[in-house]
Amino acid sequence: MPDLALDPDLVSAAPVTLGLAVRDMKGITKRNLLRIIRTPQLLFMTLVQPTIILLLFRYVLGGAIRVPGLDYVDYVVPGIFLEAVLIGGMTTALALATDLQAGMIDRFRSLPMTRSAFLIGRTLADLCRAVLALAFIIGLGLLVGFRFHSSPGACLAGIALIVGFGYAFTWVYAAIGLAVKDPQTAQMTSILPMFILFFASSALVPVSTMPGWLQPFAQNQPASVTIDSVRALFEGGPVYHDLWQAVLWCLGIFVVFFTISLTLYRRATA
Amino acid sequence: MDSAIEVEHVSKRFGATLALDDVSLVVGSGKVLALLGPNGAGKTTLVRVLTTLLRPDSGRARVGGFDVDTDARTIRTLIGLAGQYATVDELLTGRENLELVGLLYHLPRSEYERRAQEALERMTLVDAGDKPVKTYSGGMRRRLDLAASLIGRPPILFLDEPTTGLDPRTRNDLWALIEELVAEGTTVLLTTQYMEEAEHLAHRIVVMDSGRVVAQGTADELKDHLGGNVLEVQVVDRVDLDKAAALIVGLAGGPPRVDPDLRQISFPIDGGANVLIAAGRALGDAGIDVEDLGIRRPSLDEVFLSLTGHTTTPQSGRTAPATGDTHA
Repeated sequence: MPDLALDPDLVSAAPVTLGLAVRDMKGITKRNLLRIIRTPQLLFMTLVQPTIILLLFRYVLGGAIRVPGLDYVDYVVPGIFLEAVLIGGMTTALALATDLQAGMIDRFRSLPMTRSAFLIGRTLADLCRAVLALAFIIGLGLLVGFRFHSSPGACLAGIALIVGFGYAFTWVYAAIGLAVKDPQTAQMTSILPMFILFFASSALVPVSTMPGWLQPFAQNQPASVTIDSVRALFEGGPVYHDLWQAVLWCLGIFVVFFTISLTLYRRATA
Repeated sequence: MDSAIEVEHVSKRFGATLALDDVSLVVGSGKVLALLGPNGAGKTTLVRVLTTLLRPDSGRARVGGFDVDTDARTIRTLIGLAGQYATVDELLTGRENLELVGLLYHLPRSEYERRAQEALERMTLVDAGDKPVKTYSGGMRRRLDLAASLIGRPPILFLDEPTTGLDPRTRNDLWALIEELVAEGTTVLLTTQYMEEAEHLAHRIVVMDSGRVVAQGTADELKDHLGGNVLEVQVVDRVDLDKAAALIVGLAGGPPRVDPDLRQISFPIDGGANVLIAAGRALGDAGIDVEDLGIRRPSLDEVFLSLTGHTTTPQSGRTAPATGDTHA
């Protein structure tokens, strides 16, 4: 007859150590990576949208857009790098809402695992997918004529900034997914911040061409600040003063939405 | 530790709905308690409170001696949760699901790999163990779900409607598994809409309706609520039915019900064995051949109906009168 009493050596009620928290996180990340690999159609869908935008603005609309001092392809492609990372993040909201509805979150919350590990594991897996998507879209950008003009270090810093912004923004999607609770609504709701931040930004056209009432927002919102910094890093010109602003935005978004997401997760009810 | 689960005056409100209304109950260590009630009775809400998924608005609840408000983390090392709402990952294989849960119970790798294999064997899922769960049948999925809740070898197990939607054979398999666990000393709190399940598995039954505990006790005690027993006589020859009924009607506590097809008469009676003996003697003296004679307890369905005014299954439940209906 198996011993069903608690084995204190194997299951410990002691406070969870950092080592165990990291182990929980790796377990959850692995689970989510397996899910991503096993739904290649979802991965594919997140690549289609930035590909269309890239081709549209490179070949269809790009010819009509003039940007002073820069080839339009070099102007627009860095913005689309960011978009490729942001659009993939929508699957974070979808995945969390799905887990909530299916009861997976109940299962995990009833286990002695670290609570934050569930969400960090989710976002880290999505970060891996975002990096993959970014690599794809960088390749495509190079194919259609985009070129890095600065030092490898600056280019890597620009790519790191895109990844950092994408990761911070994943937490916005995490909060949305946990707040709306329904996969379909989560998907619809996530489109909105992405569209506003991407289209009302300096990603596709210079902010100076926008109406006066829109310019203050478009100039200072986090996506514009980040794209401007990234573009400067890729072009090798003077790095805009707003590089530090971009980094602060990333940190701010991360801290605020990590806190919101964790609070929502602790209270999660399908 | 005498009681594994203690609930004292727990209430929980969702908006205008009082999901739990001053619920109190105790589950003895190593015992099985069934929460019986229709959908919306508050069964799942209570399970969610006890498994630390939901905080009660008021009242106290202890699991394994620990308070759900202050020792939630400790409780999570002591419990397993399975059933309709806790689930398994469809895109992972059965084994991957079990190993992940083992890892999250903070078991060493070699240990959770061994336990996952054992659990697959026990639940007869070895062949399917390395296939994605989405290819599993409903019964296989429930077995895997139960296996996942057992990976940490929890002394206290919560099963939320473990057999809802399963076919009878699969349900019986699952019952046998639950009985094995109980034989090994696991305390079980299960929720069910099925009388038969509560009666089959549970030592004690708590009947819930609209967030309140309306009755609790053993199946027998609950049946005593209804008062008395039912005497059933089955005669060999149908022509004896009326004669038999006339002979023993004086012993009955209520009007007899005669079923000619089954050649059966049933009466509510107030007494017990003495009535049975008297009935047997009267029938024997009259020379009536009796196929079967016995005292039957009222069914739990009859008990539930008398306690709540409706049955447990939603489709046969009480229907509200239509407000616009003025026609005769």
